[in-house]
Amino acid sequence: MNGSPRIGVVTFPGSLDDRDALRAVRFMGGEGVPLWHADPDLRDVEAVILPGGFSYGDYLRCGAIARFAPIMDPLVRFAARGGPIVGICNGFQILCEAGLLPGALIRNRSLRFVCRFVDVRVETSLSPLTEGLVAGEVLRVPVKHGEGQFVASADDLARVEERGLVVFRYCAPDGAIDDACNVNGAANAIAGVRNEAGNVVGLMPHPEHAVDPDLGPTGGQPMLASLLSRALARV
Amino acid sequence: MSDPPLHRALGLTDDELDRIRETLDRDPNPNELAMYGVMWSEHCSYKSSKIHLRTLPTQGHHVLVGPGQDAGVVDLGDGLAVVFKMESHSHPSALEPYQGAATGVGGIVRDIVAMGARPIASLDPLMFGPLTQERNRWLFEGVVAGIGGYGNCIGVPTVGGEVKFAEPHSANPTINVMCVGVAPVDRLVTSDREVHEGSLLVLFGASTGRDGIGGVSVLASRTLEEGSDERRPSVQIGDPFAEKLLIEASLELVERGLLEGLQDLGGAGITCAVSESASRAGLGVELDLDAVPLRAPDLEAFEILTSESHERMLAIVHPSRLDDVREVCARWGLASPVVGRLVRGGGLRVVMGGATVAEVPARSLADEGPEYVRSMAEPADAAELRENDPTFATITADPREAFLAVLSSPNVASKRWVFEQYDQLVQGGTVLGPGADAAVVRIEGTLKAIALATDGKGRFGRLDPYLGAAHAVAEAARNVATVGAEPLAITNCLNFGNPERPEVMWQFAESVRGVADACRALETPVTGGNVSFYNESGGSAIWPTPVIGMVGSLQDHRFVVRPAFRHGDLVYLLGETFPELGGSEFSEVVIGAISGRPPALDLDRERALHRLLVAAAASDVVSSAHDCAEGGVAIALAESAIAGDTGFAIAVPGDLPWYASLFSESASRAVVSVAPEKAVALEELAAAHGVPCAVLGETGGPRMVFDTVFEVTVEEARALYEDAIPRLLAG
Repeated sequence: MNGSPRIGVVTFPGSLDDRDALRAVRFMGGEGVPLWHADPDLRDVEAVILPGGFSYGDYLRCGAIARFAPIMDPLVRFAARGGPIVGICNGFQILCEAGLLPGALIRNRSLRFVCRFVDVRVETSLSPLTEGLVAGEVLRVPVKHGEGQFVASADDLARVEERGLVVFRYCAPDGAIDDACNVNGAANAIAGVRNEAGNVVGLMPHPEHAVDPDLGPTGGQPMLASLLSRALARV
Repeated sequence: MSDPPLHRALGLTDDELDRIRETLDRDPNPNELAMYGVMWSEHCSYKSSKIHLRTLPTQGHHVLVGPGQDAGVVDLGDGLAVVFKMESHSHPSALEPYQGAATGVGGIVRDIVAMGARPIASLDPLMFGPLTQERNRWLFEGVVAGIGGYGNCIGVPTVGGEVKFAEPHSANPTINVMCVGVAPVDRLVTSDREVHEGSLLVLFGASTGRDGIGGVSVLASRTLEEGSDERRPSVQIGDPFAEKLLIEASLELVERGLLEGLQDLGGAGITCAVSESASRAGLGVELDLDAVPLRAPDLEAFEILTSESHERMLAIVHPSRLDDVREVCARWGLASPVVGRLVRGGGLRVVMGGATVAEVPARSLADEGPEYVRSMAEPADAAELRENDPTFATITADPREAFLAVLSSPNVASKRWVFEQYDQLVQGGTVLGPGADAAVVRIEGTLKAIALATDGKGRFGRLDPYLGAAHAVAEAARNVATVGAEPLAITNCLNFGNPERPEVMWQFAESVRGVADACRALETPVTGGNVSFYNESGGSAIWPTPVIGMVGSLQDHRFVVRPAFRHGDLVYLLGETFPELGGSEFSEVVIGAISGRPPALDLDRERALHRLLVAAAASDVVSSAHDCAEGGVAIALAESAIAGDTGFAIAVPGDLPWYASLFSESASRAVVSVAPEKAVALEELAAAHGVPCAVLGETGGPRMVFDTVFEVTVEEARALYEDAIPRLLAG
């Protein structure tokens, strides 16, 4: 063993950022393991990323069909055992559909797809993406989605806030929460949430597209570094 | 009143019918007529344009595949090839903007895949009528949403393109799309692959329906007139999810070496794919329509033969590889029926329900279509338009007001509203996205990158189609050179009115001559492209608009040059400014005239500038570079200031009046900035390349100071620049 954690990235039909997630994992020093939606197991990886894209075309509802993929069974068991799972964009939508995360994602407030670099504020260090980060830190990462507006019932939203399940919020460059910076109109500017156990996290921004300084901002680096260290602890 | 004869309803002339009779030595049946109707349409056969297109330079040491295949290919070195092509989807988009634009993206992506390359970038050059009209806003919003809706779902980043506005494009928006892919040279699926008699035709992907029947003939090869909405059924409906699966399955088939040939189904559907495959192989085909999966059970033979249902590909497969091919398709959830086989001879025999329903020589469909020498005449108003040159008008406008008006003109203003609806980042290779002079996309696993730009100069073309076309090539190459890349080759989309009108045909011929001369001088050969005629309504055509798609190469993407200013640099103008306001943005916006002579173009000077820009980038001399185009030096400076959030102070150069000095659109110029300690190096480099190089001023501070003429804060300029299009859309 060379000590580099194995991070699985699931490809569903219609996944688009799967190769990008694998590349980012490798860039950060991890071993990227491609997983296929029809696989019966997770090939003993130490963490799993559900990547962005339009699984099954998202023709029904984002993530609504992917949750029935064969790989979701071992994934749910992995989650129950405390395995770190990250859902990015469409992956976030799938985790919400599968009931592993609270809330849902609906069409952006603008009703248009939006691709833009945004600032997000770290709200808790208790997630696979924010271990070692301090609440209040601001990271610059891109979003690219048409259906990224986080919503939840009043009760769920209250619970998410009370239990500290919000992991990221859209913010101004100085960390202030400002409606003008809420890129999709998300409830309470929520960009990412975690589960109660703190091992499953979903977010709309794409950390995998913000690791290489040759291409732009690198706010995804500390997020993926956190995931790798959480995964390494399980080796 | 009796109905017109069938051949005319299918878009064939009486002469063309006679020609078919001669070929077959009998009367064609209705199915055969339908096949000839689509294959001999202007869109597929290039019958009006062919004699002109032959004059384009297509050879060059980088060119691996020139015109005539699904896409052009240039050599990037190290065993890698760039595959690229541009196409129009203007007619469908004029009727149904979302689906028209969406399926345009799908179609061009399959052209790239058919060459065995993974699509890595798309660019969308678009022209609409003014956004002050509600219908134009509907078209604009629908087209942009359609490009995003399809492109974002297939994982190909949209990295560039341009958006222009002009009244003649109101009824006929110009919707072009360019796609670029990369493949190892030894994996390219070119037409020189060996194809065997007895090999099978596998139709994989989506099923075949009634959508898009006669798209090439009924829609793309006629003008849109009153009642055109009834042709809406000729617009195809896109399924990007199916396309994504098709891309992955196709590339896996190519990678595993399972194919003898691969062809996409686009215009003229299965008839085109099958006849071209057979004709290239020098073989015949037996095609079994009963094997084609259908969306509706009652499709007739002619409908299956000419349907343009999207997301379908045709593979030529040796029987020994069939099981492997079907296994790959099944894993991606795609149907993969065998619909035919290659046979000896050159006949295309179509069977349905046990009977032969059509039998024609494949070559006669694919390669032996008619060819016309159409008459040409310079438009009557051309000379008068050129004489009325705004360069010599009396300008009373306030310079500051004029600057702000040009900056917030929709042609110049930020297109953020458009490109934020496109996924620019997927695949993780985007070094420079939309809004830069050229897009830059890194090639995975190497330091290399390609630079991509599209340019059309419709306003110049309106005044002088030869110069307009040459300027489009020059500007596309300049854009690529500005980011530091060496221009390699072009694809193009030639957008014009009705070629049966002598004025349009003259514009076309002049434009082709302009493209040819510029490409020869700049050594950027033409690797292919597309001709889109019949872009007119009620006798009023779009501006003659050849759109050029340029590909350039960068040896090391880390040396890319961006347009943004930073504090403390010196600003230089490379090239020379002449009093040339003809066809300029200033003339249209401030004087209200679209007239005069477009700026002169000296292709040797142009080439020298490109070499200088590439050398300056490679030796890390400049901090920023930005090409001077619409709005001249003033807008180039302002855009660099806005991009870098850094102001400047300049002396207005030369002895020209302020408006000529700042707003002339003289060719072969760029604004660059350099750190003071590198200024000598830049001056020496410019001298070595024979390019005039004059210091304008320096960067820094929150204001843009244009000598004593006027000044504007970067913040005010940015607000106008960014808000112009959203404000127009608000109605």
